[in-house]
Parts: sequence; C-alpha cells; structure tokens
Amino acid sequence: MKIIVAIKQVPERDAQIRIDTQAKWIDESVMQYALNESDAYALEEALQLKEKHGGEVVVVSAGPERVGTTIREALAKGADRAIYIDCTLGQLDALGVARLLAAAIKPENPDLVLTGLQSEDLGLGQTGVIVAELLGLPHSTLILQVEKTETGIKVKRELEEGWFQSIELPTPAALTIQSGGNKLRYATLMGIKRAKTKEMRRVTAEELAVDAAPVVILEKVTLPHKQKVTQILRGTPKEAAVALVEKLKFEVRVI
Amino acid sequence: MSGIWIVIEDRAGRIGRISWEAVAAGQALSAQLSLPVSAVVVGAHTETQAAEVAGKKLAKVVRVEHALLEHYTADGFSLALQQFIASEKPDYVVFPHTYQVRDYAPALAARLGEVLISDVVGIGEGPVFTRQLIQGRVNGNYRHAGSGPCLISVQAGAFRAESATAGAAEITTFSPTIEAAQIRTRPGEPFRGSAQTVDLGSAQLIVSVGRGIKEASNLPIVEELAKVLGAEIAASRPICDNGWMAMERQVGSSGQTVLPKLYLAVGISGAIQHLVGMKGSQCIVAINKDPDAPIFEVADYGIVGDLFEVVPALIEAVRSAKQ
Repeated sequence: MKIIVAIKQVPERDAQIRIDTQAKWIDESVMQYALNESDAYALEEALQLKEKHGGEVVVVSAGPERVGTTIREALAKGADRAIYIDCTLGQLDALGVARLLAAAIKPENPDLVLTGLQSEDLGLGQTGVIVAELLGLPHSTLILQVEKTETGIKVKRELEEGWFQSIELPTPAALTIQSGGNKLRYATLMGIKRAKTKEMRRVTAEELAVDAAPVVILEKVTLPHKQKVTQILRGTPKEAAVALVEKLKFEVRVI
Repeated sequence: MSGIWIVIEDRAGRIGRISWEAVAAGQALSAQLSLPVSAVVVGAHTETQAAEVAGKKLAKVVRVEHALLEHYTADGFSLALQQFIASEKPDYVVFPHTYQVRDYAPALAARLGEVLISDVVGIGEGPVFTRQLIQGRVNGNYRHAGSGPCLISVQAGAFRAESATAGAAEITTFSPTIEAAQIRTRPGEPFRGSAQTVDLGSAQLIVSVGRGIKEASNLPIVEELAKVLGAEIAASRPICDNGWMAMERQVGSSGQTVLPKLYLAVGISGAIQHLVGMKGSQCIVAINKDPDAPIFEVADYGIVGDLFEVVPALIEAVRSAKQ
C-alpha cells in the first residue's frame, strides 16, 4: 500500500500570539513551530497500515524553509521519504494550497492520501477534501480507524455527539484523520539518525505551475473582543481560591 | 443570480438548531444586501422538513430530492447541490457548520472553483466574514473574491436561532440527475460508541480538566476538587484521546454538550471545539496559567495561575466553606 500523508507545520500550541504590523497575519518572527496534531495522527495511521500491509509512506508538506524541520520529524518517526513544496503560503487560499499538494501527489499514484482533519492555525478543515476532489478520489472525513478490505478500505467515521459510522470506500481514496484513533509514537534515536539520510525532494510552486489566484482573501486579523466581562480573582493561590469560594457560595449559590 | 440560499440539514427528518441559526445568518445577510433569502432541503423524502422550513420568512423553499439521497454521501450531496447551484445561480449559499457539511461542502466549492468560508462566527459590512484562527486566539476577516457564488458555513451558536423570522414560503421541487455509479462510498448505519453511562447533559456542577494537567498521574487533584464540590468530572478532547479518561466524559463538538449551573475549567485553553460544548453554562470559572487563553473569553470568573497551586488551595477553601 502506497500512502501519501500531507502534513502542516503550525505555530506551537502555547506560543504567545502577536498580530503583525499590517494586521494581515500573526507576527512570525518570534514563533515556535510544531507538527499539526491531527496530521500527526494521520502519519501514525499511515505508519501502522504500512506495518500491517507493507508498502511505502511518503510525506508531503508545503511552506517556507522552516517546514523542513517538521518533515524531518515525520521521517524520524518512520516515513520513507518526503516531498517538500517550497512556497510562501501567504495569501494562498485553501484551493490554492490544495492545488499545489494535488499536483505534487498526482504523479505518485498513491493507494491512499491521508491528512489531518484541520490545521490548528487556520482551522479551515478543507484541504484534505479539496485534494480528494482535485485528484478525483472518493473521500471521507473525521476518520478514527482504517481497515483494508478485498476491494478497498473500511473506515470508522466520527459523527457528532458520540455517534460513529462505518463507511466502505474503493481505493485509491483520500481520508482526513481525527485525533485520538491511535496512540502517537515518538521518534527513536535510531529514527532521528536515519531520517538524515532519507530522501526529501524539493519542488517549487513555480515548477508545479498551478493557478494560485485566491477566490477568498484574509483581509485583516484582530484580537477577539471579549464576549463576557471576566472577573479575574487576584492574589496568592490561597487568596484567589478563597475569593472564588465566596463567589460560588453567595453569587452562583452552588456551595 | 438569485440571492441567498440556506442549505438545511436534518437527521432522520429532524432539523437541528444549527440549521435555524443558518437561516438567521442568511436573513442577516439579506438585510445587509437587500437580496431575497430562500432555503433548500436535501434528501429522498423531504416533504415534512420542507413544510417546517416554509414556516420561516423565506422567498422559496426547494426540495432537492432523489432516491439516491436517502442516506448522506459526499458524492450524492455534492452532485445534487452542484446541479441546483448551476440552475439557480445563487449569490450566496449558507450552510450550518456541521460534520456533514465539512465532509462535502469543500468538495462542492472546489467543483465550482470556489472556497467555502468555513466556521463563520460573524458577518460584517461588505460583507466581511469573521472566522476564528489559531484556536480562537485571533479573529480573521475574510472577503469573497471569486466570480461564482460565495459559500459560507456558520458555527453552532454564532447566530440566534430565535431571531429567524416567521413567514410562509412557497415550496417547489428540484430533481437532480444522479447515477448509482457516481456514488463511490457505501455508508453504514450510525452507531453509538459504547453504552453511555454518564449523562453530563443533566449535571448541575461540572469540573472539567484539560491539557494543563500534563500527566494522567496528576488527575487525582482534579477528581478531589470535583468530589468536594459534589460535581461530575469531565474533560477536553486531548485528555480522552490520551485514554486518561473515558470518551463519554468529553465535552465539546465531538463529545457532549453541557449546560450546568457551574462549569469549572481547569487547565483548559478553550479551543473552539471545546467552547461550543460548554459556553451555554450558567457560570463558567477558568483556572489557567495563560492570561491570553481563549477560555477567559467566555469565563465569568478566572484565576490566572498554576493549577497545581490553585486547585489544592481551592479544595481547602471549599472544605472550610462547607464546614
């Protein structure tokens, strides 16, 4: 089974966020980056499928040079090789990014294309579905488990409010993976060493020659207005705790 | 072009609250742009749903109906709505941001050479559509620049279902052409994960824990806090993903929706997916070390500090208050 996993590098979860001077995006100069969480689960699913059925796992990622560290991390965890799309994500919309990914994936003729269900930065939750559409593949989203069958795959899809559904798809197919379906592995020391010798092929956005004109434009970013007035209880932990208990007893009336 | 169209979603004939919120969003857009607003229902038997939707102030209600739309598939719904959009040429299409819409609307948009503006929380002059970025820490304003219809999906709770005005709309039917071979996936019947033994939905007091707890071995302090308060214990998704707590204790879009008198969030940053499951709580208290955590956007009371210091102090304070 040949599996392509599309991964994204996103700002680290606890990173301090500042808006850039043009209010077009966040200030990236001081940002730390990490592998998008649901993409990590997509990679894990791919590695487990390869361990069961054999084949190859290829990661693909688009972005500026810093993306290389996240790709190496995926190689260290066990991906066989990588395709790095060198580009500025900047004003590309979801269709523009998906066109780049689809153009890089197409010549590989994979059996399966996996990606996380959404990114932690833009949170559009669309890239995997659009890539499927551009490649002409059947797809399913929010997947927790993938099983190989005679004719394709059977997946467990998450629905809302604790419901699930099984879906059968022919292969090749594309899936977006929900977090929590597997336990994530860590890269071993051996894995990190071997990652340095694995192939990471660089292609540029120009070489992929896709239409990048956006149909949706992010005009401005702002810090959100508070929906509620939050009363912050200050002081030492003990003072704050006592103040909160007062509120819970006399105002919220739950003690 | 023919105005604004709302795509109504139903599950086994029942129309969820979020679809009425989408109607309210469409009506808000209509007021700004002076465009008529209409709705579609999609399925194999849509008569009752259409009648229910026609009770709102809408120009038209269209039943997009075909036997192959009996069970939801991304292929079937994309095809049906693609043909409907080609015939009706709407300016705007408004979807509720459900798991089902997330499954097919991006593909439908791509077929039209468009991009869905997903998970919208506000509509401003222009129109400009506001979405939350970086896990709710930043808002982004988006504008449509394509030549085709503008597709948006609205977040649960962002618009008020009650503000959707009543009326009496004309109902017509649209019959798309779909071949069985065009539907490539085979969906099974929905099923429940495991027997639900905890009903967080009716709990009056909830203590909920998130990533800030760092390790499973630290959970007892939060359990102790829940015990002294007489509260149910719950968690955000990462805690359940790690297997530290049963999935049925998860609050958020993929877990349970709760409305307690007190929701005490410990070490929860407040990602959008979590907030939609608890922001209706009567009183929200947040304990978090990060003063910029989005949970403070919805909290009534907050303590900024190390939960490993604050929670033990709180347990003590509750104990002495109860004596």
